[in-house]
Amino acid sequence: MRYALLIHYPQPAVSTLSEDEIKAGMAAFHAYAKALEEAGVLRSAEVLQTIAKATSVSMKQGKLQVQDGPFADTKEAFAGIFVLDVPDLDAALAWAEKCPAAHWGTVEIRPSAVRFVDGGWTSASEPVRA
Amino acid sequence: MTQDAAARAEELARTAYGRLLAIVAAKNGDIESAEDCLAEAFAQALRTWPETGVPNSPEAWLLTVARNRGHDLRRSAAYRLTEPLDNLNQAGALSVVQELDPDAIPDRRLALLFVCAHPAIDPAARTPLMLQAVLGFDAEQIGRAFAIPATAMAQRLVRAKRRIRDARIPFVVPDRGQMPARLTPVLEAVYGAYAIDFPLVAGTVPRDSLAGEAHYLATMLAELLPEEAEALGLAALISLSLARHPARGTVDEFVPLDEQDPSFWDAALIASGELYLRRARDLDRMGRFQIEAAIQSVHCARATSGETDWRALLTLHTALLSLAPTLGVRVAHAAAVGRVEGPDEGLKALDAVGDEATQRFQPAWATRAHLLAAAGRVGEAALAYERAISLTTNGAVRRYLERRCAGMVGETRPNAAPPITCPGGRLPS
Repeated sequence: MRYALLIHYPQPAVSTLSEDEIKAGMAAFHAYAKALEEAGVLRSAEVLQTIAKATSVSMKQGKLQVQDGPFADTKEAFAGIFVLDVPDLDAALAWAEKCPAAHWGTVEIRPSAVRFVDGGWTSASEPVRA
Repeated sequence: MTQDAAARAEELARTAYGRLLAIVAAKNGDIESAEDCLAEAFAQALRTWPETGVPNSPEAWLLTVARNRGHDLRRSAAYRLTEPLDNLNQAGALSVVQELDPDAIPDRRLALLFVCAHPAIDPAARTPLMLQAVLGFDAEQIGRAFAIPATAMAQRLVRAKRRIRDARIPFVVPDRGQMPARLTPVLEAVYGAYAIDFPLVAGTVPRDSLAGEAHYLATMLAELLPEEAEALGLAALISLSLARHPARGTVDEFVPLDEQDPSFWDAALIASGELYLRRARDLDRMGRFQIEAAIQSVHCARATSGETDWRALLTLHTALLSLAPTLGVRVAHAAAVGRVEGPDEGLKALDAVGDEATQRFQPAWATRAHLLAAAGRVGEAALAYERAISLTTNGAVRRYLERRCAGMVGETRPNAAPPITCPGGRLPS
């Protein structure tokens, strides 16, 4: 089963973080990704740029709207995603609670529904390990 | 000379910091400002001692400078001065402290520890607060040990310190009546410094282990409260657990307790742990930390006897079960039952735990897997191992479980050992 760990945390103004803090955060994420990879459960990992760099697109109002920034301005912003392939929610939880970002934000676990692979949509609940 | 003075100041920063902070902060309950004052005092020592020489009683010197700094701060904040000492200027004060008896400086660290673990303080802040207030660690060092960013840790610490100041948490040692209830969170916070040695975050970021600091705090507490059996029990528990650290493998390789080579264990630490445990027993008031220490003591006895007394362990686990029936304790008890009465009985005990939380509790699945393997139920054991492995985020432990699982296939091992889980619910170290 595939799960997405959606990471949300307050967007720090870059100037509020010291070089060392940024380095420490990167090291923690690196170690986390390596641990996931070594366990054979990591499918993809992306850490996103800050919400200020977001561009939002919508046709909800009937015409194209391109907005500079996010649609909803919230205190905690979506900041990154890890896609895991693990047997069940408990295993996903075990990994989510060890995510470094859990210490300064929230990690939301969302089971994947379908994914597009080899030209078609397939169910995400396929066995672990390709 | 210059170097001597600087070295002396640094040594004091390590050994006397908590004693000095406890006194300065007790005055108005403001740990934050006490830290600033003490930092100034140490800075001034580094500036002046190389020229003037180290004073006869350096601790009294530091204390006086820090106090005066505090008075200056309050004066500048337009506080009204009421105490005669405030009238002393710094030079005058220095001549006074030269004559102070260093032994006369009272040890108020006990009150400070009770403040740090006060029920009104967020439990997650208690251990970090102790490390900072008593040992002088900064937020970055503590954050590193907890694998939390320094800024997040600093915020947590500041919030706790302001709460102590604003809520006026008193700097006192609880009286006899309150002691049992108030001591437990103190002991737990000290144990917390030891327990963070077990990673909170997956992956192998090199972290500073605070096991040594936990040991320091626990032995300090035992010396300050020599009549409290549980304080002695905690000192025994941490000493005996720490003694085995050299034998428990590396980040890449997990060596379970059964497979550890006792010749790597620290005999001196074991001896001091046994001494604490004996002193605790003499007080004749049994408690959770003493039983956990006694369990460690039985394991450590293998260093001399060459074998593990599983019957004694089962008795102790059963006693622990009645005192602190946490999930980890119940699973560890089932493992001990399996060891003494056979894997089927162990599995029965494990089933009896019945808590829904066991479904996602890694030690429960690892124990079930080992018990099933010992019972020769290879197929079911393989499934349990698979489940345990899926819940394991630590690479070294996962490889160990994979090894046990692979080793089991095609053979039945009626006498194979189920694992020992620690009372805290972790795999043994």
